[in-house]
Amino acid sequence: MSTVQLFRTGDTPLPDVIILTHKLTREYDMGSELVRALRGVSVQIQKNEYVAVMGPSGSGKSTLMNLIGCLDTPTSGEYWLNGQKVSDLADDELARIRNKEIGFVFQTFNLLPRADALHNVELPLIYAGLSARNRRERAAHALQRVGLGDRMDHKPNELSGGQRQRVAIARALVNEPSILLADEPTGNLDSTTSSEIMDVFRELHHQGQTVVMVTHEQDIAAHAARVITLRDGLVATDQARAA
Amino acid sequence: MPFYEAFRLAIQTIRAQKLKSSFSLLGVFVGVSSLIASCSIANGVDRYMTEKFAQTLYGVNTFQLRRQPMFVPNVPDSVWRAWRRRPRIRFSDADAITKGLTVPVITAWQSSDQVTVTFANKEARDIELTAASERYFDIKNLDIVIGRPFTGEENRSGVPVAVLGDAVSKRLFADRPPLGRSVRIGGVPYRVIGVVAHQGSLMGFPLDRFVVVPALSPAQNLVNPPGILDAFLVKAHSDLEMREAMSQAEGIMRSRRHLRPKQDNNFVLDTSEGIQRFWAGISNILNTVIPGIVVVSLVIGGIVIMNIMLMAVAERTREIGLRKSLGARRRDVLRQFLAESTAIAAVGAVLGIIAGIGLTLLINKLSPLPASVSPTSVVFGALMGAGVGIVFGVYPATRAARLDPIAALRQE
Ligand SMILES: Nc1ncnc2c1ncn2[C@@H]1O[C@H](COP(=O)(O)OP(=O)(O)O)[C@@H](O)[C@H]1O
Ligand SMILES: [Mg+2]
Repeated sequence: MSTVQLFRTGDTPLPDVIILTHKLTREYDMGSELVRALRGVSVQIQKNEYVAVMGPSGSGKSTLMNLIGCLDTPTSGEYWLNGQKVSDLADDELARIRNKEIGFVFQTFNLLPRADALHNVELPLIYAGLSARNRRERAAHALQRVGLGDRMDHKPNELSGGQRQRVAIARALVNEPSILLADEPTGNLDSTTSSEIMDVFRELHHQGQTVVMVTHEQDIAAHAARVITLRDGLVATDQARAA
Repeated sequence: MPFYEAFRLAIQTIRAQKLKSSFSLLGVFVGVSSLIASCSIANGVDRYMTEKFAQTLYGVNTFQLRRQPMFVPNVPDSVWRAWRRRPRIRFSDADAITKGLTVPVITAWQSSDQVTVTFANKEARDIELTAASERYFDIKNLDIVIGRPFTGEENRSGVPVAVLGDAVSKRLFADRPPLGRSVRIGGVPYRVIGVVAHQGSLMGFPLDRFVVVPALSPAQNLVNPPGILDAFLVKAHSDLEMREAMSQAEGIMRSRRHLRPKQDNNFVLDTSEGIQRFWAGISNILNTVIPGIVVVSLVIGGIVIMNIMLMAVAERTREIGLRKSLGARRRDVLRQFLAESTAIAAVGAVLGIIAGIGLTLLINKLSPLPASVSPTSVVFGALMGAGVGIVFGVYPATRAARLDPIAALRQE
């Protein structure tokens, strides 16, 4: 990428930069030993990029995604999201950012088993304070976008793995987030279903959605225009590809 | 998240977790209903004692001049013997007091003993014969349903007429009209002129087994030696006037008995206060011990609820993590659990109130205990039960709400 700015502490990111991490670290104090999951990760991701994060197991991919998704807080370093420094925000402000700015798709779907697809997709809108009618409309629309318009009243256990992940994607999209994060979204799916899910992501990217995705598989990463590789909690490679 | 959303969510969750919800509900329910029922028993016995028992025994704003108190719980023998050595109350004492009082009062003589009353070949045994003056009916609030009371004239002339208690009338006459018939009391024929309304019983004592006759009629010999009274009854309009009358009567009696200032009264001016004071002691115990036991059991119930909720929270930590990851703030999570336990506690409390009142009515009906719903116990029980349910329901959630979303999501 041409517009990468060399970021120093005290700077603010350029306007197009949605995600900027600067020397981000995350350590786990396990009592007997200190696990250094991230040891200073600096990346910048711009609007409408499609980025794949790769690397061996235990290299810190999930840790990085959790930090970017504001599900976790860094030990040190800076994290800027959409021009706002979020690395030192308080709990409630992080909750607001998770609600408004971030759509997160987990490997294990993380749906509420008791609730049907529509209610699962509605959840973020409840915390956004939308009225019930408004919520239902938007949730239904999001489910249609992922091709589940006819499965809205199904509980997760009445859906296939691929359908569950679509519900999770619809839930991630329903608040129109700035970024869509996915941590191995096809890790629990067979290869046919995986490629269907990847098609959904690719389609969303075409519609203008910024996507950051962790994956193990080269052919899935091939969908992405850019691949960041982690090794031992550090960025090993960061390559743009011809789309 | 607004409160009504939290409640909608709560209802969904309660429906989904029926067993856990019903356990919490049961805890609140049992606590509230037993608190209300037990307070109601204490309250009912209390009201019964202070209102009905004391009033029936003594009458409202009424004192009795007696040789010794009527109601004497646990007096030592020596005191009892001293009482028995006191001079008795005489007709002349009653007259002197009646003349001496400046407070408006109504008064009555009273002497009683157990006798047998007969009519033809029928017998009523162990009947309390009261030889009284005409205002006795007013002071004792006796409601005459058939016939009339005797008059002052009849009393003074000692006309042998009788007013029967309900049980005596039924026993002797069954369904026949009693008025004008002649019953025998101690061999003397008495004409029945009135019957008192059915009163039932008081703490197991039958209240309808009595006959009232004029104090100066022939049967006076059956109850006391000539010129002697068991009690002289004085009823004033108010408590204040009663106290004034009492102090005047005390002065009159002391001077009649030539008591020096240092000497104690050798008579009593007995009111329902003594029995009420005695009762207050018992009722204090009842009113603190019983609710105390229930409160303890409520707290234990609360701890059970808390454990259930702790388990529920542990199970639901993933849910809390997920909700937080989707933008729920700590207070949203707390609100959800607050709504949940409030809904459970409220339903439990309402059912508990209904059951508590039902239980009270049942106890009242099926047992000799005169239970009566005490409104404070309903309020207290509901607040207590609901409070326990809510506090012990919300506390566990405060821990889960504090976790980082990812930490909560990671828990199995
Ligand atoms: N909650 C945690 N407590 C302790 N160590 C952790 C925790 N989460 C991750 N780690 C450690 O941090 C390192 C990176 O983990 P992770 O980010 O999950 O790797 P990846 O997703 O690339 O497989 C690993 O060594 C892992 O054991
Ligand atoms: Mg991982």
